[in-house]
Amino acid sequence: MNGIADFFIIVFILLGAFLSLVAAYGVIRLPDVYTRNHAASKAATLGVMSVLLGSLIFFYVKDGYFNSRVLLGIVFIFMTSPVAGHLISRAAYNSGVKLWGQSVQDDLKSAPHMKKTASKDH
Amino acid sequence: MLMTIVLIAILCISVAIAGLIYRVIKGPTTPDRIVALDAIGINLVAIIALVSIALDTNAYLEVILLLGILAFIGTVAFSKYLEKGVIIENERDR
Repeated sequence: MNGIADFFIIVFILLGAFLSLVAAYGVIRLPDVYTRNHAASKAATLGVMSVLLGSLIFFYVKDGYFNSRVLLGIVFIFMTSPVAGHLISRAAYNSGVKLWGQSVQDDLKSAPHMKKTASKDH
Repeated sequence: MLMTIVLIAILCISVAIAGLIYRVIKGPTTPDRIVALDAIGINLVAIIALVSIALDTNAYLEVILLLGILAFIGTVAFSKYLEKGVIIENERDR
């Protein structure tokens, strides 16, 4: 294993672990569900994609084994994790979870399509 | 050198999962718990990749894609249940 690939593997793995830690810190510390969702669905996604990229490079350099499932996993997490974050946030808003007390703007309160969605189940 | 880095990364992600479990237990509303459980599922994917580096085998790499798909489906089902009250609705025409 040459030094440059080793360097890139270490950088990707450490960056991914750090971003996951930052995401967990944000989920603990931020005040309401929307900001927590923001932290979790962005930082954790980038961190896990970075760890998976490091693992893909590791197995390619060490064994000469290109695992296409890991590449597919990176693409799948990149596509589905923001969608999952959007669905949770929308479900939280429609089921009546309040914003943080110091929030100043709620544009969705007057949006017509959200009102239609919210009144459909009542 | 690389093994030390991988073990440090596994430690960091384990601490992250412990923090998310705190949010699952304490979280005041149900969407908080779903956000934390989704993030736990995503972090487990990273743990699987790191463990398969540490054990030096590529037998576990299929689990990555599988766990990603299962976490996404679980999150979608939970948020549909929260929003509509049913997960699979059986109305014929809407």
